Parts: sequence; structure tokens; C-alpha cells
Amino acid sequence: MNAQPRFFAPLARLLHWLMALMIIAMLFIGAGLAASVSERHEWLIHLHKPLGIAILALVIVRLAVRFSTRQPPLPGDLPRWQVLAAKASHWLLYALMLVLPLLGWAMISAAGDPVMLSHSVQLPALVSANAPLFAVLRKAHGYLAYVLFFTVLLHLAAALFHGLIRRDGVLQSMTGTQD
Amino acid sequence: MVDHSSPPRPPLSTASLAIRLACIGGVVAAVAGAFAYVNGTFDPQRLQPKTLVNALETNNGIHPGFRRNHAKGVCVAGYFESSAEARAYSSAQVFNAARTPLIGRFALPSGNPYAPDSSVPIRSFAVQFSQANGQQWRTGMNSMPVFPVGTPEAFYQLLKAGAPDPATGKPNPANMPAFFAAHPEAAPFLAWVKTAKPSASYATETYNGINAFFLVGADGKRQAVRWAVVAQSQDAVGDTAPAGSDFLEKDLVQRLASGPLRWQLNLTLANPGDPLDDASKPWIGEHKILNAGTLVLQSSQAQADGDCRDINFDPLILPSGIEASNDPLLAARSAAYASSYLRRAAEVSPLHRTPQESKP
Ligand code: HEM
Ligand code: HEM
Repeated sequence: MNAQPRFFAPLARLLHWLMALMIIAMLFIGAGLAASVSERHEWLIHLHKPLGIAILALVIVRLAVRFSTRQPPLPGDLPRWQVLAAKASHWLLYALMLVLPLLGWAMISAAGDPVMLSHSVQLPALVSANAPLFAVLRKAHGYLAYVLFFTVLLHLAAALFHGLIRRDGVLQSMTGTQD
Repeated sequence: MVDHSSPPRPPLSTASLAIRLACIGGVVAAVAGAFAYVNGTFDPQRLQPKTLVNALETNNGIHPGFRRNHAKGVCVAGYFESSAEARAYSSAQVFNAARTPLIGRFALPSGNPYAPDSSVPIRSFAVQFSQANGQQWRTGMNSMPVFPVGTPEAFYQLLKAGAPDPATGKPNPANMPAFFAAHPEAAPFLAWVKTAKPSASYATETYNGINAFFLVGADGKRQAVRWAVVAQSQDAVGDTAPAGSDFLEKDLVQRLASGPLRWQLNLTLANPGDPLDDASKPWIGEHKILNAGTLVLQSSQAQADGDCRDINFDPLILPSGIEASNDPLLAARSAAYASSYLRRAAEVSPLHRTPQESKP
């Protein structure tokens, strides 16, 4: 039998760090624009839409990479609840990075607004115009973005816990650094 | 599962463990704190979309399903017929196609859906042009030529000056004069409002876009403009409002029954030095005006079920070929309309059950 890999595949690591930056940026951009009436609101939203759709495209590639490469195993001595929490939070992160951009796209469609990614690039409507549906999708986009933010914080704390306290190679499996 | 990746590590001393835990806590707290700073948690004074919409609700009451401003209105439909005049200035399809379908909405500029039509001398007209290529142009226009103020902050102060005093239920009569004394930029608006009377018809008014925009040509050249639609039904102009509180919608329905109504779309080209970022200032002197074409309205619908009900006339929904200026009111309008739209979109069914007749 092949030895288990110690690291995530290089493409998986690249996608992980690129998307980490993009998603954290998107959370701050979204929270900032929703709380502003200044010109910031306008330019942040012009950034928010194309960046969010780029995340949607990347997460599809990322899931394909996830299913077609081997993941390094978690340490054998990791308590069972931590193993479960790790698995559950990873799938929650994947689900949210897929669902949030879809909600953003769908809610603009449900408002009957053209889904413009720039002055001239337009996406087709994902659903037909429906104001009550817009209200549900817009609220879900807001709440789930906050769920994503808290999951990211937890994920960050756990990664640092592995790296600084347990020192068990889990953080290195994603940074790709030898210890 | 066999553990391949973690060779045994020397245990951490208590001090080292404490420092490392504190590091983790510090990093997490820093990220959470930055997020709370950005979303306004630490800054209750920041003017947010909801602050503006809450102020509108304070002044007008909450009327579920209705727009939080310009609440009383009527839907219309028709088309825009372009002339050739704007084509050299803007690549937007609306100016290049012969015809573009439109949905519009006439309204009174108040958040009270039961306001009598004669209560204000201002009427508004919002239009959504739906281009064949899927892009849209939405604009909300008012019958006054300038806005009272130039910034969202000043507009918020204006709303606060009109807020009911909790003790009396009415605005303190000293507040408005105090506001205008502190806001000399409102002088052009006040001069206009002195001469303005509530009109007897939506069909005889000129509606002004007020904010500046850029037309962008196929060659990328940008020309700043303000736009207006000028009524071609000039009969009975200056008729003052009849008695009763709901004559505007009836008048419109009657006029449409005997034929379409027309407005000419004028694009006023900015001269060098005209203010592009201050909607409280008129553009003074000779200006070149393009006649971009004609809006033709053919039918109307009550707003409770009409096609305009679920449209957010966000002034920043623009087709390629028209771009926003840096007028700070534009971003504020876009943000506040989104907040108003979210509230009313969640309340469509109560609106449907609300009778549309005005209450005394
Ligand atoms: C990973 C992807 C995304 C994240 C993390 C994200 C995050 C956020 C956040 C945090 C907010 C503020 C929510 C609130 O306070 O209510 C927001 C609002 C918004 N997002 Fe996203 N978003 C994403 C993708 C998208 C996409 C793809 C679109 C559209 C194509 C989009 C369109 C919007 C819009 C229109 C708003 C509301 C603006 C307003 O109400 O003025 N988002 N987003
Ligand atoms: C910062 C300043 C302003 C604020 C906060 C504000 C706020 C609002 C709000 C909340 C609505 C209801 C939106 C909806 O639920 O769909 C509205 C409607 C409207 N506003 Fe403003 N507004 C501002 C400035 C202006 C200006 C400068 C104009 C003029 C050109 C204007 C013209 C209109 C029109 C025509 C409508 C009615 C649209 C319709 O019929 O649906 N507003 N405004």
C-alpha cells in the first residue's frame, strides 16, 4: 500500500490559500458595503460581484481537486470529537463557499435586476423575478455570510492550535512546509 | 489510522503554553475586531442605509409593503422611441435601438401612502428601460430642478428636522427653519418651492434626474449630463390641484383612456465647471440640450398589483454607455433604496390586502 501523503496536493494548497484570501476579503467587503452609504458602497459592490463569482468558479475546481487527490490523514491520536469537528467544519466551509455566491447571484435575479459583473459583462438570471423570494435569499445571504465568518474564525483557531500547541503536522499539511 | 505525520514532541512548559494560547486568542480577536469595525458595530454614529430608512419610517410611520419614500404611486407602461441625437455620445442600446420597452411609476415624494395629492407641490416619475441585450437603465426623477441638499449626511439632518417630537407627535416647528439656516445650499430649492404649486396632473409635469451622470460613447469619450423628461401634454399646465385627495391617479387613467401620453427625454450637456457632485446646485447659463427621444406611455396599473411594484428604481442600475458621476447622493440612494426594497419585498402580501384608497 502507498504511504499516506503528508501534504495536500500542491494544486489543493494553492487553491486553499488563494480562496482563503478571497473569501476573507469578500466577507469584509460585504460587511463594509452593507454598513455604508458612501461611495465605498458603490465601489465595494462593483468588486463584490465579480470576486464572488470567481469564488464560485474556483470552488467547483477545488471540489474536483478534493475528490481526485488523496488527503493527508489526521493524526491518529486526535480525540474523536476533534476529528468529527474537523470533518464537519470542512464540509460546512465547502458548502458555504458554494452556496453564498449562488445566493448572491440568485437574489439579484429574484429582485429582477440585471446581474452585471462589470459595465458590460452580464450573467443570466438564476431564478425569475420574485420579490418575496428576493427577501428570503437576501436575508439568507447575510446570515450565512456571518455563519461563514464564524466558521472561518474557528478554522483559523484550530489550525493555529495544531501548529502551535499540538505541533502534529496538520498545519504543515496545508502550508507545505517541512518541520 | 496510523499516525505518519506527527513525531513525538516535547511537552510545552506552562508559560510557553500560555503564551501560545494567548497568541491564538489574539489573532482570532484581531480578525473579529477588524470585522466588527468594518460592519459598523463599534461606530453607532456611522450613517448606514438602515439609518436613513429608519428615519423615513420615523417620519411617516411604517406602512408594510409600501416604499419607505414615494409610497403613494401608480404603475405605467409604454416604450421609448430614440432619436439619433444621443448616439454620438452614448453607446447605450436604449439610444441606438428604435424602440425600448419601459415600465414606470408616478408617485408623491412622501413615505405616507395615504398623503393627499395636494399635500406636496412635487411629483416623481421613475422609469425602467429594458434593453433587448438584457441590460437596464433605471432612473428616479422629481419635478423639482434641484435637490435641497448635496450630501446624504445633510439629507439625514433634514429628515431629523422633520421627525415628530415624541411629546407632541408633530415635528417641532422651530426645527425646519433652523435646518435651512444651517444649510445655505438649500437656497435654490427653496426659491423653486416658493413658486411651486401641487399640479392637477402627472401628465403635465417635467421630471428631472437631478444627479449628474456620464454618457460614454463607443469611442470611450465621456460627457457629463443631467437629464429630464418634458411633458408634451401641455394642456391645462398650471391648473392647481382640485379638491379631494386622490385626483392624480384618476386623471392619469382618464388621459390614458383617450390615448398615449408623451415626454421628451432631454440630455443637458455639462459645461466645463458645472458641479457634477452636488445635486443642490443648478447648472446656470446656456447649455447644449440633446433631444434623445420620446417616452410614450400607453397604460397604467394600480401599484398594489402593478408591474412597477417589485422594481427597485436604483439609480445605479445603468446600461453600458451610461455611468454614474461621483455625486455622493447616488451611492447613498442606491444603498438606501436596497434597504427599503428588502423591507417591503418581505411584506408584499400585507400590501396586497391593504385597500389602496386613501384614508382621510
Ligand atoms: C463567497 C462569496 C460571498 C461572500 C462571502 C459574501 C459576503 C457578503 C456579506 C458579508 C454581505 C453583507 C451581508 C449583510 O450584512 O447583510 C454581502 C452582501 C451582498 N452580496 Fe455577497 N458574498 C458573496 C458572494 C456574492 C455574490 C457572488 C454576489 C452577486 C453576484 C453577491 C452579492 C451581494 C449583494 C448584492 C449584497 C448586498 C448589498 C446591499 O444590500 O446593498 N455576493 N455579501
Ligand atoms: C440621499 C438622498 C435620498 C434618499 C435617502 C432617498 C430615499 C428614497 C427611498 C428609501 C425610496 C424608496 C425606494 C424603494 O423602496 O423602492 C425613494 C424613492 C424615490 N426617490 Fe429618493 N432618496 C434620496 C434622494 C433622491 C433624489 C436626489 C431623487 C431625485 C432625482 C430621488 C428620487 C426618488 C424617486 C423618483 C423615488 C420613487 C421611485 C419609485 O417610484 O419607486 N431621491 N427614495
